[in-house]
Amino acid sequence: MFDLQGYGFSILDGALLTIEVALASLACATVLGMLGAFAKLSKSRLARTAASVYTTIIRGVPDLVMMLLIFFGGQMLVNNLTARFGYDGYIDIDPFIAGVITIGFIYGAYMTETFRGAILAVPAGQMEAGYAFGMSRGLVFRRILLPQMMRHALPGLGNNWLVLLKTTALVSVIGLDDMVRKATLAAGATRLPFTFHLVVALGFLAFTTVSVLLLRWAEQRYSVGVRRD
Amino acid sequence: MDFTIIAQNINLYLHGLLTTVQLVVACLLLGLCLAIPLALLAGSRNWLLRGLVFCFSYFFRGTPLLVQMFLIYYGLGQFEAVQNSVFWPILREAHWCALIAFTLNTAAYTTEILRGAIATTSHGEIEAARACGMSKFLMIRRIVLPSAFRRALPAYGNEVIFMLHGSSLASVITIVDITGAARIVYSRYYNPYEAFLTAALFYMALTFLIVFVFKRVERRWFAHLRARPE
Repeated sequence: MFDLQGYGFSILDGALLTIEVALASLACATVLGMLGAFAKLSKSRLARTAASVYTTIIRGVPDLVMMLLIFFGGQMLVNNLTARFGYDGYIDIDPFIAGVITIGFIYGAYMTETFRGAILAVPAGQMEAGYAFGMSRGLVFRRILLPQMMRHALPGLGNNWLVLLKTTALVSVIGLDDMVRKATLAAGATRLPFTFHLVVALGFLAFTTVSVLLLRWAEQRYSVGVRRD
Repeated sequence: MDFTIIAQNINLYLHGLLTTVQLVVACLLLGLCLAIPLALLAGSRNWLLRGLVFCFSYFFRGTPLLVQMFLIYYGLGQFEAVQNSVFWPILREAHWCALIAFTLNTAAYTTEILRGAIATTSHGEIEAARACGMSKFLMIRRIVLPSAFRRALPAYGNEVIFMLHGSSLASVITIVDITGAARIVYSRYYNPYEAFLTAALFYMALTFLIVFVFKRVERRWFAHLRARPE
């Protein structure tokens, strides 16, 4: 049943791309999530409102619609802009970039909530002590807040990562040669759609399983200093 | 931006809205019907039953909905036995395949939610039910499930929203739901902003409606926990 008729390496290539998209999106989402969390906790009303609008919109709109909007809409935006500056060629938006931006943008909103909760879980006295020592804001963040909030953020972060991983399948819709699209192409050529889609499903299961194991390890690592009952 | 094109094609969107709502409501109801027995089996003493439920929910929660849909819509046709069976007229239709994929997917997530809720039923309630001489079935129906539903409600509300969002994938296998309508309008008029923003607005309205309904239901089901007015 798993005779891949020579398409094995093609699928493997796709799997690699899936992982690349997922990791790049994760990086994007983490940065956005941090910014969002600080905006939500900031004193400025404008920042708080902007962050709530961001998370509310993302939670209301499906990933696919967002992706199509950014991919096709972004394409038009870029071309209108370049046309205005007197460039009359046509620019194609790279589906990799569109995919990573979209997924990063979507999961940035979920990360915002995760990080916000994690930051709130760190006692304010810890940060105050840091400032009392004369640490700069960056140093307090790096040495005091980040190591302590990670423990609270990890379970949520892990869940977001698992969902994000599966969302990467959507990039096949905007024409990126990830694992899902490679399988679709192979399925069309060999007339073995079930085999190839099943292989992809098992690939995702493997990624998920490895992630769960790694996350469990990381959670233990970050909770080393906490007494458990 | 020019929304007159959208106004001219509003019927397409409304049709899409109907399709989306039908698909989501049907798969949620069917998924819930599947999830209740599965969640009960997940807590059974028989390791084989428990293992089977675990495998089912692990597979459907660990793979993308898109791939599950492809497996059912494109995949099943690979087998001649399926093509020759009485189910083929159903499995050939994109609508049914999407419904089957969505149902199994939401059933897997709902099973997990309900399993967690059932596992946290307090011992005292079960002991009280046994002491009253309830049969197992009566206990599940009167004691275990109602309190599990209550605890599962907030998580289930999220699942409903995820399913609404997931249903936009149906447009990938040619179904004209809200997203499908937007894709048709986009391909006809090449107006990405208007076409997809309109779809986004439809989904947002539906999401807020779901949130509102669940808030109301929560208020009712958790009425006994609210602070009493002085």
